[in-house]
Amino acid sequence: MFIGNPKQKKQPIARHNQHIAYLFLFPSLAVFMVFIIYPIGFSLWSSFTNWSLIQSAEYVGWANYVRLWKDQRFWNAVYNTVVYTVGVVPIGTMLSLALAVALNQNLKGTKFFRTAIFLPVVASTAIIAIVWTFLFDPQIGLFVYYLSKIRITMGAWLRDPDYAMLAIIIVSIWKNVGFNMVIFLAGLQGIPYSLYEAAKVDGANRLQMFRYVTLPQLRPTTAFVIVMSVLGSFQVFDQIYVMTRGGPLYSTETLVQYIYHHGFVTFQMSYGATIAMFLLVVILALTIFQLRLFDRPID
Amino acid sequence: MVVLHGKRVERVMLFAVLVIISIAMLFPFLWMLFTSLKPEADVVTWPPRLLPRRISFTAYKTIWHDIPFLQFFLNTIVFAGGVTLSSLILDSFSAYAFARLDFPGKNALFAVILITLMVPFHVVMIPVFSLLHQFGWINTYAGLMIPRASNAFGIFFLRQFFRGIPRELEDAAFVDGANTWWIYSKIILPLSKPALATLAVFHFMYNWNDFLWPLIVTTSVSMRTLPTGLALFMGKHVVEYASLMAGVVLSLLPVTIAYLSAQQHFVRGIALTGLKG
Repeated sequence: MFIGNPKQKKQPIARHNQHIAYLFLFPSLAVFMVFIIYPIGFSLWSSFTNWSLIQSAEYVGWANYVRLWKDQRFWNAVYNTVVYTVGVVPIGTMLSLALAVALNQNLKGTKFFRTAIFLPVVASTAIIAIVWTFLFDPQIGLFVYYLSKIRITMGAWLRDPDYAMLAIIIVSIWKNVGFNMVIFLAGLQGIPYSLYEAAKVDGANRLQMFRYVTLPQLRPTTAFVIVMSVLGSFQVFDQIYVMTRGGPLYSTETLVQYIYHHGFVTFQMSYGATIAMFLLVVILALTIFQLRLFDRPID
Repeated sequence: MVVLHGKRVERVMLFAVLVIISIAMLFPFLWMLFTSLKPEADVVTWPPRLLPRRISFTAYKTIWHDIPFLQFFLNTIVFAGGVTLSSLILDSFSAYAFARLDFPGKNALFAVILITLMVPFHVVMIPVFSLLHQFGWINTYAGLMIPRASNAFGIFFLRQFFRGIPRELEDAAFVDGANTWWIYSKIILPLSKPALATLAVFHFMYNWNDFLWPLIVTTSVSMRTLPTGLALFMGKHVVEYASLMAGVVLSLLPVTIAYLSAQQHFVRGIALTGLKG
């Protein structure tokens, strides 16, 4: 049926019975339709109902969204998610860039450093969060003791509403810096050496080379790292669930925590789905915004 | 590579900074290892110590009795291994169709894959749970594995790789009367071993480490995976600190050993597949 298509002439394979393609696609598409596409629609629909464990769904219009607008705990979760993102992304990005630049030189021990910095990436976030929970514990962890030796008092951070989020941010940066570093290393290795030679001829010093060669050349890589980090931060869950369950006093409760709370603790599924819709819109908006932002030509 | 040759002093200082950062990165791993080797009485002491006073392997014996650790281990192997296997098969099927076949509705179906890739799991987790509940799949391997049986990123990744394979071989085989299945299984797959290995590493690690998915699909202790099982036993008095740390060490061991022995492959796999959020 595609014989007339000139594109096919170079591809005798395409003249084959193409309907077999559907057989190849069927299992994957079935999985996606049932477990992703249909649930997206269902989430959207149920956000306009009062579906819960004790109630079958009835249409309630925008009631859930009105509730969302007035829900202090929801806005607290939004705030915490933003605080987390602002705490993790800039420092995490700069640190991973610095490490990538440092490890892109022929220093002794580079291989060891890279292995060590990347190791947390392959470890399960939830499992490593157990270890960090103990490390922050004043009774058995070592931080409190070490700091007390240099006369700094540190309390039980995970039980302190002022410090719990900071602890989570530190763990998250520690966990992900190796991942971003590897992405930056790949980006650095793609920069043509001739650009540095040209800059050298022009009398640029090392700082100027970094500013005028490395950074502009890394722009797509940096964009990728920032976009991925922001999107990842908006979906943070594992380490918070293990270390604080969103507490103390909701000080670490983020958006996904709050979705989980309504979906699997209070079983107000329709309201959980409403928060999920909010998250979806935010994620899509962030993606489009950031891609636009970084799409501008290098100045 | 040889761009920023600094002065000797600078290099020494940079080296020192990197040593400190590496120690900070490794510290939690060292702490868990040393704690797991302490007799329980030595874990909660003041002042706390990093190194064990004497080495004891008691925790590595008790962890199997304190909690259903073997069960967690087996569940995780079945879940991560099963998902990896099925995803490699189904992803490569779809990737082949998108890379090499022409059929009505190709673009629309590819859009479905795109949407699948972009929408975060958290957006659909409540309806998916409800669906699994209706199927009676909560606390079953089917519930854990079937929704993960194929992966949009895997399809993208393999499709890209398949498109890079020269067509001449397939054309020749086609002229000789080979059918689509033969070309897929005898030409495409064998030529894609590196890509399949990379994807396998990624799928296995991702699912071995995953938390939220097994957390919502399993509610009974006997169906828990390692991350969910250990996290939920943390802070409960049935398990002692040293035992729990032994469990943590044992559950991180497979992926860590795989990483240390095939580092390049691992790093490349994770960097390449970093697109998946």
